[in-house]
Amino acid sequence: MREKLFLKGNEVIAEAAINACCRFYAGYPITPQNEIPEYMSHRMEEVRGVFIQAESELAAINMVYGASAAGARAMTSSSSPGISLKQEAISYLAGAELPAVIVNIQRGGPGLGNISGSQADYLQAVKGGGHGDYKLLVYAPYNLQEMWDLTMLAFDKADEYRNPVMILGDGVIGQMMEPFFPTPYVKPDLPEKDWSLTGCKGREPRVIKSLYMGEGELERRNQIFQEKYLTMKEIEVRYESVDVDDSEIIIVAFGIAARIALSSVRRLRREGLKVGLFRPITLFPFPEKKLSVLAEENRRFITIEMNAGQMVEDVRLAINGKSEVMFYGRPGGAIFTPEEIYEKIKTVY
Amino acid sequence: MKKIFQRPTSLKQVPFRFCPGCGHSLIHRLIAECIDNLDIRERVVGIAPVGCAVFAYDYFNFDILEVAHGRPPAAATGLKRAMPDRIIFSYQGDGDLAAIGTAEIIHAANRGENISVFFVNNATYGMTGGQMAPTTLLGQKTTTTPSGRKVKTSGYPLHVSELLSTIEGASYIVRTSVDSYKNLINTKGAIEKSFRYQMEGKGFSLVEILSPCPVDWGFTPKDSITWLRKEMMSVYPLGTFKDKFEETG
Repeated sequence: MREKLFLKGNEVIAEAAINACCRFYAGYPITPQNEIPEYMSHRMEEVRGVFIQAESELAAINMVYGASAAGARAMTSSSSPGISLKQEAISYLAGAELPAVIVNIQRGGPGLGNISGSQADYLQAVKGGGHGDYKLLVYAPYNLQEMWDLTMLAFDKADEYRNPVMILGDGVIGQMMEPFFPTPYVKPDLPEKDWSLTGCKGREPRVIKSLYMGEGELERRNQIFQEKYLTMKEIEVRYESVDVDDSEIIIVAFGIAARIALSSVRRLRREGLKVGLFRPITLFPFPEKKLSVLAEENRRFITIEMNAGQMVEDVRLAINGKSEVMFYGRPGGAIFTPEEIYEKIKTVY
Repeated sequence: MKKIFQRPTSLKQVPFRFCPGCGHSLIHRLIAECIDNLDIRERVVGIAPVGCAVFAYDYFNFDILEVAHGRPPAAATGLKRAMPDRIIFSYQGDGDLAAIGTAEIIHAANRGENISVFFVNNATYGMTGGQMAPTTLLGQKTTTTPSGRKVKTSGYPLHVSELLSTIEGASYIVRTSVDSYKNLINTKGAIEKSFRYQMEGKGFSLVEILSPCPVDWGFTPKDSITWLRKEMMSVYPLGTFKDKFEETG
């Protein structure tokens, strides 16, 4: 079927989740992600799933924690201030090795900020966010096709790694409409959830917890987590390169910033400037190896983000002084135009 | 020969490691006995809270989920909605339920979630060493109210059962105690009723259990019982505060 659908970004995420057999959603209203709970409220009824409008973001993600422990595919969504509230339970999900999909349709911050699109939660998303040594698998879609595909993938990866997975979108991509192909969901071979709490009929009782008080126990648990993150780094890295092979300057950008930058790259190319775009699709694991290779060929980088400079830290770590890494960003929910990026590149080219 | 007394199947064959005179081991046992009586061990999922009872999974012989401080009613909601035919209970202390988790308990009750909540009120934070709880009595000395709880700075003891009984979604709200044989029997009856209501789809129930904490109260186990009866019970009277389905006649 090559029929296209025309939906709002937030609705694409919700429908993709339903398509990927998510049957439990709990959330709390916050702009600019309200279409997700609204859409889920009627779709979950249609598919006989569970929709709960919780009393808070804390409650919503702890409902997801409970549903996930029962073995259900469960999701919650919010926007930046609400995601801050969820950090406690995200740490518990990681510590208890419970799969869940968490959607952050970012808005401007800090504090109550504004309701414009933003990328200011990058560091919170990729460095853990809550307490303790843990990582989320973080996907950054840049169009609605990826919103669809990556949301479905997120559920599979959450189950595969028994780890929370985040879709890091923003107010622009959440609110915009464009056509996409609703590719059918094909469930991969995943191990049975032989850890879920369903009552101990015919088996020994199970415990899901994150408290380990015995000598060395918690360190060993952490080592297991770190091995998991290492595996992610080896096999889950995703990125897209556009015109990087002969480029003298590579723009590094993710999500909606990459979408905007792509227009600038095309215009600069038409004018003969050797500019490329490198777009991380997974923010954790970060495509550091590829960036490191690209840096060996004597070219310069400019990281472009809708924040005051967050991913640029990871870009600099990956490049490790081998090339110059410049930064251009707009914090506080400001959204740059393709012309702005075009002008910026012209001045540094 | 008829066996008339045995260790409940719902308890593991391990000794309790609670402090001498603590009420948790009694309450664990009562819950286990009820689960055995109702023959629901294989479809129960319990929630261990943050606090002294976090080690519930070391004692209960059925599935247990450990949940963040104050959030058990939300996690119980997730478990129950995902598996409506399983029996879900949360075991929570006064810090967990009446301080940090106040929003979660009120809204789980208000939604009429079909779950059982066992709320252990010992008027102190046991695990962390005896700080003031929302249920600490006026004048009661704790490590954070060294000269006794004062209204001016710390407000009043929170009456959870009375509060929840005003909520339309709640079905069964009762306060019991574990200070005497009679009250143990009453507590067991309340726990069993709470489970039965859940099995019959009757909605949200909460059993508040007054329980001694001799170590943090600074009394002997025996004096703790005296204090519980004299001081706690006068602030927290025992009784059924709400029973939507009470059999009349």
